[in-house]
Amino acid sequence: MRVPLEWLRSLVSLPDVSTEEIAERLTMFDLKLEEIVGGGITGPLTVGRVLEVRPEEQKNGKVINWCRVDVGALNEPSVPDAPGDDVPSRGIICGAHNFKPGDLVVVSLPGTFLPELGFEIGSRKTYGHVSDGMICSTKELGLPDDATTADGILVLEPGSAQPGDSATSLLGLDDQTLDLEVNPDRAYALSLRGVARDAALAFGVPFQDPADAVAVPTGSGGYPVRVEDPLGCPVFTTLVVTGVDPTRTTPSWMARRITQAGMRSISLSVDISNYVMLELGQPNHCYDRDKVAGDLVVRRAEAGESLTTLDDVKRTLTPEDLVIVDDNGIIGLAGVMGGASTELDDSSRNVVVEAAFWDPATIFRGERRHKLPSEAAKRYERGVDPELTLRGAARVAQLLVELGGGTLEPGHTTIGQAPARAAVTFPVDLPARISGLAISPEDAQLTFERNGCAVSREGDTFSVTPPSWRFDLNDPYDFVEEALRSAGYENVPSVLPTPTGGRGLSRSQVLRRRVGHVLAGTGLVEVTTLPFVGPADFDRLGLADEDPRRTQVLLENPLSSEEPGLTTTLLTGVLKAASLNVGRGHEDVAVDEIGRVFLPRPGAPDAPLYGVDRRPTPEELAVLDASLPEQPFHVAFALVGQRVRRGWSGPGRAADWADAIDVVRRLGEALHVELVVEQAQRAPFHPGRCAAFRLDGSVVGYAGELHPSVASAYGLPERAVAGEVDLDALIAASPEIGPRPEFSALPVAKEDLAFLVDADVTAESLRSALVSAHPLVESVRLFDVYTGDPVPEGQKSLAFALRLRAPDHTLTDTEITEARAALVSAAEQLGGVLR
Amino acid sequence: MSAPNKDFDPVEVTPLRADELERVRDEAVAAVAAASTLAELKQVRIEHAGDRSPIALANREIGALPPQARKDAGQRIGQARGAINQALAARTAELEQLEEQRRLVEETVDVTLPTDRDPVGARHPITTIQETVADIFVAMGWEVAEGPEVEAEWLNFDALNLGPDHPARTMQDTFWVTPASAARVLRTHTSPVQARTMLTREPPIYVVVPGRVYRTDEADATHMPVFHQVEGLAIDKGLSMAHLKGTLDHFARAVYGTEMTTRFRPSYFPFTEPSAEVDLLCYVCHNDPAEVASCGTCRGEGWVEWGGCGVVNPRVLVACGVDPEVYSGFAFGMGLDRTITSRYDIADLRDLWDGDIRFTEPFGVGL
Ligand SMILES: [Zn+2]
Repeated sequence: MRVPLEWLRSLVSLPDVSTEEIAERLTMFDLKLEEIVGGGITGPLTVGRVLEVRPEEQKNGKVINWCRVDVGALNEPSVPDAPGDDVPSRGIICGAHNFKPGDLVVVSLPGTFLPELGFEIGSRKTYGHVSDGMICSTKELGLPDDATTADGILVLEPGSAQPGDSATSLLGLDDQTLDLEVNPDRAYALSLRGVARDAALAFGVPFQDPADAVAVPTGSGGYPVRVEDPLGCPVFTTLVVTGVDPTRTTPSWMARRITQAGMRSISLSVDISNYVMLELGQPNHCYDRDKVAGDLVVRRAEAGESLTTLDDVKRTLTPEDLVIVDDNGIIGLAGVMGGASTELDDSSRNVVVEAAFWDPATIFRGERRHKLPSEAAKRYERGVDPELTLRGAARVAQLLVELGGGTLEPGHTTIGQAPARAAVTFPVDLPARISGLAISPEDAQLTFERNGCAVSREGDTFSVTPPSWRFDLNDPYDFVEEALRSAGYENVPSVLPTPTGGRGLSRSQVLRRRVGHVLAGTGLVEVTTLPFVGPADFDRLGLADEDPRRTQVLLENPLSSEEPGLTTTLLTGVLKAASLNVGRGHEDVAVDEIGRVFLPRPGAPDAPLYGVDRRPTPEELAVLDASLPEQPFHVAFALVGQRVRRGWSGPGRAADWADAIDVVRRLGEALHVELVVEQAQRAPFHPGRCAAFRLDGSVVGYAGELHPSVASAYGLPERAVAGEVDLDALIAASPEIGPRPEFSALPVAKEDLAFLVDADVTAESLRSALVSAHPLVESVRLFDVYTGDPVPEGQKSLAFALRLRAPDHTLTDTEITEARAALVSAAEQLGGVLR
Repeated sequence: MSAPNKDFDPVEVTPLRADELERVRDEAVAAVAAASTLAELKQVRIEHAGDRSPIALANREIGALPPQARKDAGQRIGQARGAINQALAARTAELEQLEEQRRLVEETVDVTLPTDRDPVGARHPITTIQETVADIFVAMGWEVAEGPEVEAEWLNFDALNLGPDHPARTMQDTFWVTPASAARVLRTHTSPVQARTMLTREPPIYVVVPGRVYRTDEADATHMPVFHQVEGLAIDKGLSMAHLKGTLDHFARAVYGTEMTTRFRPSYFPFTEPSAEVDLLCYVCHNDPAEVASCGTCRGEGWVEWGGCGVVNPRVLVACGVDPEVYSGFAFGMGLDRTITSRYDIADLRDLWDGDIRFTEPFGVGL
């Protein structure tokens, strides 16, 4: 809301303080200053009359004008090198062409500071002449662009000023305007009336409501109206003004206020309508009475009906739209925009003034449905004072009479009445209790009253009836805010509450942190990526058409049609990140991400929209949860390039499938869960180099070398590896108490055994067979895999280092021999032969 | 070997003469001292203490002495041999130490060679700042609550006093999950977790909620469709705006140092009443009159916007099953991404999301 300071001061006598201080007080009164507009121009900004214009073509073909301008008392006696007669004037170079001799223009003489330009105008030599200042455009003056001046110099109305007059005061450029941010609950402050009331409160000065000063017609009259939808239109008022002189123009004081308030001055009748909306907050509409046929009717539109609005757009309406109709059809979209057929034109003399109170929700929906924001709708959707229709219309009529020469027809038509406001009761100490500030009941009562409330106090209870314009005062706490606003937010003391003691982080929070640290300790760099993906991402991963990971949670309004939903795998993010890094020239990249994936739940119910007057039952809450997709935390990572870097000490070592598996193994160890590694085949991995991780029977993740086509699709080198694990599953399986340390100080017996087995016997199967072969086996570690001569074709040699130990005694030779025999026999079960 | 010398005349057995033994001993000790390497010393040992050394040869002559003279001669030889062995042992130790010193000098390496053969990992600053904030509150006895990112419309809006026609719903450009009729959204704030907490726990409640939230903003240098917030919620008997101020002051000091203060400005949020914007004293110029005018961080304001807060609207309490006649509470929320970008002077928010490892690496495993 732009509030011209001159206008504000005309409505409330504010103390003589700086604009900044007024803005600061209003900010602390919940009318936040966005910026102070205007007022920055200093120096001789002057009205001038163009005497001569001599076009001069330049070498580059551009034509500039060498002008002589009469600036009255500020003229130089003569201008050397000037075109035409040598009479007192100033010589100025101007590149624009939309003016002619005789025009009144605005001249910034040397010494003028224009904030839009950011520097002081000087006298300077240009295009072969000394230009003694500048002829100004609207933009250079900081005025809003106007269709008539957008292409150049501001040309003033003939006769509106004399050469040498101060253009600063003529155009109101010394006026300052406060651009205030009005929160949605303070609809009343979208008017000078509302801001003035708050300013009076903020400065503790008296306030006279300008609405009270409007004379109100009595008796029946106006223009006949039928309201068929009183819920959508609780109050509707019409007045008629006849004999308005269409040649009258808007007085400059009104045009200036409207312009400073951020709207455009258009014609007297339109300006009056907007002026009253800005002044009192009552949007209104003027119809050409001679174009309206029969009664005005307010009703809902029928499907298929349409209306051409004032912006010349034909709009198809729905039965939710509230419209105003005459005998010829729809003439306006209620509260949003009028229609073209009945609008005032250059010859309109007789005017029907309409002012209504519309249901805010209806306007809100209509405005959104038609994507038709307007100054009127902005006010109606937030709530316009329902008591104001008659006074608002009367104020429009009053100005049409005073400024337009019209005559107000007697009486008015007002259908409906403002809904009564209920009193709100609450304890008198509530403001102090909730604000934490010592606000006495007496101070609170005074504040409420000055806001326009009717207050009664019985013992320890207030009963407060809010005024018609306050849509935000409904609950006791709303009045706390009002009291606090006057007492000062800046005065709230600082008191640290003392909770009774929490339980710290949850187990899953602790374990997720642990995983983050383990990954970083493993040399991985965490990334965080956007979760939006689409079919192209799944294609790049090489997912089969029927792969369930292609089934996404989709969005109604994705930012990009290429990425219509949320990801089902974090591999999309880490591989993109790896790809970006490789593309930026990093050879060795190790990245990870910890985040949620989004897995649709087939047959999930819709999420119910419960009421808000009570807590939903546990069963109702369970339906809410069941309606949502599963969103488990996953971990994914990708390793590209060297795992051990090449350097002076050696050629380094490329990351390979084993590194990928090892990352997951470390996570399992960190969380004390036993992950069983199995051979697997799954996109996006190499079919022979992919491991599945099984936890308590279920597969919880995969890791391995990327399929060459996937690596290539992401622009990664061959042999890049990756993995992804369901972190929630790992955390859920992580025991509260980790494994008990078990070790013995007694001597160990070491045995190295190598077995020949068929090539398809996995190392893990033989290892686990050996581990459980004999109770004395303490540990089994594979230290060599060998194929080739002399190992027969189709077989391999697996060599294990075994440690045997008893917890309570030193092993005897006999025991060792027995254990060794058991190990050999266990290997034989898998077809293994001791080498 | 000579035949037994019946007529004893020690002088006749020259090697056993005292002066001769002294000479042998002195020669040996001198040779030991002259040995400069362990190899030389080995040679000296053979020559002066070995089987064919003068002392060994002298020892063999003892048999030629009459029995009554053998004891003396034996003693003399023993003493000489002892002296030689002692010298050998001492010199061996000396030379071993010298040799080790030499070897160690030879083994000198250039310790400035790069040792970064194994890659170093790092954690994303957004992760770390969420943990830092959580730790500040956990230290005060609060707990950390979490909730889903795809959320029920009712929890994201209705339960928070944002009814279907509430103007505030237009202020938050929401991602709707298909089909829209199923009333699911990508949460636009972490506030539904506050509602979930009230719906599932009995007061007193003190929780802080860090997490990802979504708005339909196209990605550019200052906007992202996904960002991170931290919100707090306290519900207890007798809580007021003053407790909110105390909590935020403490939080601000924990993050920005003991000199930090906050400021309330009135504002509007549907889920709080009264509502306030909370500003931080500008952490660059500290609103110092000499610096504030030219400060780019606060643009001359002396304060920077931090977040929104207020007393929990009793309508929210009712929808979430908390009795507003018994309990009151406060809530606050602020963005974390901008905290990172402003404190580390990062011009483009997209840097947080691209995954360039050079962005994350400097943060290491802590801010
Ligand atoms: Zn600053």
